[in-house]
Amino acid sequence: MSSESVTQELPARPAATEIVNDFSIQVATVNGSGSQTANLVLIRSLFQMGIPVSGKNLFPSNIAGLPTWYTIRANRHGYIGRKKEIDLLVAMNPETAREDALALDAGAAVVYDEPLKLNEVRSDLVFYPVPFDELVKPICPDAKLRRLVRNMIYDGVLSKLLGIEMAEMEKALTRQLGKKAKAVALNQAALAAGYAYAEQHLPKRDGLRVERMDKTRGKILIEANAAVAIGAMMAGVTVVTWYPITPSSTVCETLIDYMKKYRVDKASGKATFAIVQAEDELASIGMALGAGWAGARSMTATSGPGISLMSEFTGLAYYTEVPAVIVNVQRLGPSTGLPTRTAQGDILSTAVLSHGDTKHIMLIPSSAEECYELTMQAFDLAERFQTPVFVMTDLDLGMNTWMADSFRYPDKPFDRGKRLDAETLKTLGDWGRYLDVDGDGIAWRTVPGDGLPAYFNRGSGHNARGQYSERADDYTANVDRLAKKFETARQWVPAEVADDQPGADVAILAYGTTHWAAEEARDQLKSEAGLTTSYMRLRAYPFTEAVERFIDRYTRVYVVEQNRDAQMLSLLKLDLTPGQVGKLRSVVYYSGLPIDARTISDEILAQEREAK
Amino acid sequence: MTTPTPAAAPAAGKKVNRINLELATYRGGKTTLCAGCGHNAISERIVEAYFEMGVAPERVIKLSGIGCSSKSPAYFLGGSHGFNSVHGRMPAVATGAALANRHLMPIGVSGDGDTGAIGAGQFVHLMRRNIPLIYIVENNGCYGLTKGQLSPTADLGSKLKNGVVNDLPPMDLCALAIQLGATFVARSFSGDKKQLSALLKAAIAHKGTVLLDVISPCVTFNDHEGSTKSYAYVKDHDEALGEITFVPFFEDISVDYEEGSSTEVKMHDGSRVFLKKLDAKYNPQDKLAAITLLHETAARGEFATGLLYIEPDRPSFIDLLNVVDTPLSMLSEAQTRPGPEALEEIMERLR
Repeated sequence: MSSESVTQELPARPAATEIVNDFSIQVATVNGSGSQTANLVLIRSLFQMGIPVSGKNLFPSNIAGLPTWYTIRANRHGYIGRKKEIDLLVAMNPETAREDALALDAGAAVVYDEPLKLNEVRSDLVFYPVPFDELVKPICPDAKLRRLVRNMIYDGVLSKLLGIEMAEMEKALTRQLGKKAKAVALNQAALAAGYAYAEQHLPKRDGLRVERMDKTRGKILIEANAAVAIGAMMAGVTVVTWYPITPSSTVCETLIDYMKKYRVDKASGKATFAIVQAEDELASIGMALGAGWAGARSMTATSGPGISLMSEFTGLAYYTEVPAVIVNVQRLGPSTGLPTRTAQGDILSTAVLSHGDTKHIMLIPSSAEECYELTMQAFDLAERFQTPVFVMTDLDLGMNTWMADSFRYPDKPFDRGKRLDAETLKTLGDWGRYLDVDGDGIAWRTVPGDGLPAYFNRGSGHNARGQYSERADDYTANVDRLAKKFETARQWVPAEVADDQPGADVAILAYGTTHWAAEEARDQLKSEAGLTTSYMRLRAYPFTEAVERFIDRYTRVYVVEQNRDAQMLSLLKLDLTPGQVGKLRSVVYYSGLPIDARTISDEILAQEREAK
Repeated sequence: MTTPTPAAAPAAGKKVNRINLELATYRGGKTTLCAGCGHNAISERIVEAYFEMGVAPERVIKLSGIGCSSKSPAYFLGGSHGFNSVHGRMPAVATGAALANRHLMPIGVSGDGDTGAIGAGQFVHLMRRNIPLIYIVENNGCYGLTKGQLSPTADLGSKLKNGVVNDLPPMDLCALAIQLGATFVARSFSGDKKQLSALLKAAIAHKGTVLLDVISPCVTFNDHEGSTKSYAYVKDHDEALGEITFVPFFEDISVDYEEGSSTEVKMHDGSRVFLKKLDAKYNPQDKLAAITLLHETAARGEFATGLLYIEPDRPSFIDLLNVVDTPLSMLSEAQTRPGPEALEEIMERLR
């Protein structure tokens, strides 16, 4: 992507400038008004036309009645991060319409509910008033359904205004509503009504247009929580324990659906898994650890508040060396914070979760593909290192709609790590639960029911044989071995992905969903300011040695992340020399919206000016 | 809960059980609890019960939370895996392990603080689920390991050694468990060898969750005058609910009691429990009767001990989950990783 140039958009563009496949649409509705179907039909029909898209839902922590915004970005270059500017607003919510319209850049287009009279708010926008209530009446005699069908009318209007093929909209609609023939017919009528109205009453006065492309062939549209679920299923998870929390609930809910379909033994009709909704996160992590200790591949999924509750048990698992996969779909803020907004705010606290000296492996996917792959890998690493492994996603990744390549079937068998068997026991001769016989910090373990020697798993002080000990030398030897094990993990975690540009003096380090905005920002920096940047995307903690070498190659390295306190930068400092630390600069964003490219490029340019 | 009998003949001169193991095999490490602690007596009864029931130690897992009671799994069944977890959270760990391997026989040991205070939430939900687990509360009304503070089972008006009087009502863990749907609820006293042994063996035969609340005096911090959990007080106020006899499924013993003098409960595995000299009106399968009895005895300042409530045939949580017979922990990659066609089908729906 960095090699492609970006069409520069002027802040106030003349109405006639044609912009093809490069804009964002924001639909402002009321939570619970059934706009989701209309929005999914809209994004899916663009996708079916081969145009790269992304969909982001900005919603309140509420079930019905509060404002919600859905943003669809179509971009021919394949940029799927959030775009800062809105090019077309669909204003359906009387509560926010005025504010939404005032926030637009001059020249933007607005489709709005006619009674809202947005044309009186300002004069520098392109207005398309639509009398939704009048249009919905004749097509939907049942007054109770009108509220739901009404939204489909704006899809019809946009089909005409933007040139989205009606056949694709109808296909997307059928796909969305499935076999509900009556609902499909009603909504089709709404689509047609919107289209007809636009054709007769709304002459085109903006420059936004779509054109069929071929950039989505073989790709999928998915919310990455589902990708995590598919990864867990393909990794052979057998015990899943969870407690509902936004934004992670759909990880386990989706997993339940898939497991019921694909993980029931055909001969006996019985499940090859147990999924339990626990009474709280203290219990969900406890159950996952009980199962992991007993030899099952186990997992739980949660978000910040749940992670805080899991802290004590995580320390136990670290110290007694019990595997489990913990998915942390990060959300914004300390305490309850903003539960439906995104952040990368648990990086630092999760890395060292629990009291005493602890360090945990974290895998950090950027995409739906990686949510799938790294979740699978997390199960291997949890067993290999006999420790909790965290998969750090976020609300943006987990709950928004992402375009992704179809997932590849795994080509590696499970890695069950050092699980002792009778043969190995014979070879070893002597076995102790925490004896480091291989020099990599990882000991051999037995599990209940395997018929091999038993041990007592205890969170209190223990020696290499798992016996109770309060001896200073036993304690230090044990935690030093745990540190060694963590060092070994550097060679096993997914490596960083680097893009070194010849002649670059400046580099960007990012991770997770920040990647998408960072990539786009690099293109902006190059095309607009002539600043060539190198790039490294982190994918795990601990870092591999490549991070230090990368930093050594550049004068300034911008660590870009979505939290207030530069958390990843703080973690990097633990590994770096003072000279390397001196090169680090920080770009942070923490409003709860997904970070956008413009924020990054503006901030880097400002800091570059200061540096020179 | 059947255990295969090994073919080897018993070693001459040693008393062995039905799977040819000696009592010593069921022992654990040396106790570090105070001399005379009720918990040690309970550990002894546990050793005997598993020996007499002929359970293979490798099938048992021992779990606990934190506290004096929670140390005790190290002192029995040395050949079994153990998990000493965090304070009040043994139920979750036991649940996870039971889910991972349905053929394991978990026994958890907790205390009154570990259960009624910090662990109240997990205790409540464990009782609702009916996980196959023997949950023993070694109940002494105080926190021993932190030197004698009051616990939530301390009786109203009970006095600590330092003179502090408890002015809050106690939690009755048995009444709570019955109300929550537990399927085997019993109370005993660490000093009542016969009753505790019978109850433990019946517990091993039960297929769901067993709550066994054992009054177990703390000789160091709560055995003085003014305490309602002292040896002297418990002996004086123990109101045994009939005489209990347990007959395991593998013993063909006919028990003849005079008509009307004994209540028989048939357990899921075919074992039988006989309750003799029981009040004729008391039915251990009647929840309301059990709760009434607990309230009435508590009002008199007495402890009703014995098998309070039993529901032998309720499906366990694992039955409800309809899980395969092979332990989940032992399933192979071929059994747990769907094939490429499954992934392709999922992908196709997302395209």
